Amino acid sequence: MAKIKVGIAELAVARFPDSVTTLGLGSCVGVAIYDETKRIAGLVHIMLPAMDLAKGAEFNRAKFADSGIPQLLEMMLRAGALGRRLTAKIAGGAQMFTFSDKTDSVRIGSRNVEACRRTLQNLGIPLLAEDTGGSFGRTVEIFSETGLYEIRAVGKDKRII
Amino acid sequence: MNDKTDAARLDAFRTDVLREICNIGAGNAATALSKLMNRRVDMRILRVLPLPFNDIVEYAGGAENIVAAVFARFEGSLSGNVLFAADEQEARHLILALTGTEQEGFSPLACSVIQEIGNILIGSYLTALSDFLGMELRPTVPSLAVDMAGAILSFSLMEIGRTSDTAIMIDAGLGTEDAPPSEERTSRIFLLPDPESFETIFVALGVGDHGKD
Repeated sequence: MAKIKVGIAELAVARFPDSVTTLGLGSCVGVAIYDETKRIAGLVHIMLPAMDLAKGAEFNRAKFADSGIPQLLEMMLRAGALGRRLTAKIAGGAQMFTFSDKTDSVRIGSRNVEACRRTLQNLGIPLLAEDTGGSFGRTVEIFSETGLYEIRAVGKDKRII
Repeated sequence: MNDKTDAARLDAFRTDVLREICNIGAGNAATALSKLMNRRVDMRILRVLPLPFNDIVEYAGGAENIVAAVFARFEGSLSGNVLFAADEQEARHLILALTGTEQEGFSPLACSVIQEIGNILIGSYLTALSDFLGMELRPTVPSLAVDMAGAILSFSLMEIGRTSDTAIMIDAGLGTEDAPPSEERTSRIFLLPDPESFETIFVALGVGDHGKD
């Protein structure tokens, strides 16, 4: 079984028996999409909520929720997944630092989570479970065999959703 | 992605310019900490280079490397993020060198010392840059987190992420008398100016590229 690693603003799709992981999510969100019948799992590491935040015409689609999740969907469909069978789980979106002023950049974690939920809803992909918010980093892994999404954080028990 | 923008305009000459002005900042930060603690510390620029986000995370010891980090954002004529970070072993060494007391790991007392060191270093680093460039920099009150380096760095790189997948990383290493600054040591300040701020710095120093291209 191979463990495919995705970094910040990257994405990948795994077939049985492989898994996809991303390490150290902070305010970023790891969006996992799964086809149970074909046992295909995909993961995208979302950094920012919306592509209209991009400065410049060219940008990496995987970085933004409203372009990265559709890009992952396209990749999954090309890999043979069926659109109506897809389900999603998300994790991350923490607030890593506390500040006295409540500026937008401080709230970026929760904005990322909201944008991921909205994009999944627009794409008609049911969101089965999430482990979001808080003020701690997360390492996540989606398993193509089961669709289980494993979440690890410093000083906390492993969580599986 | 936008490699034609800031990263590519950072030629050898401008890299040296950035290194020099940031060395003034780092030196000032070391002096402030030395005076306060009555112990000699050194700080100097180790690296100035454009790196993809994921390579910066590797440079900092990997996404899951646990660090104590003090973060501040600054706005004004120049804007960007600045981060003081140290891993557990380095934090223990620093606290022993500066206070003469042994602290286990990231205890609450160790964290408050790290927060204090971070506040002083970040404040004096930015003040020196501000004075030298004659530009106003308004930092937020620095905030502490102890967590995975990936989680802390990705937050710090978010604003730059709007423009590029590459950041110009200015790495200042902190060292003590018995352990001078080096890339092997892990206590450091990452200065991460927003992409637009580089041209502002270069223009202020008379090495801007208006009219080029």
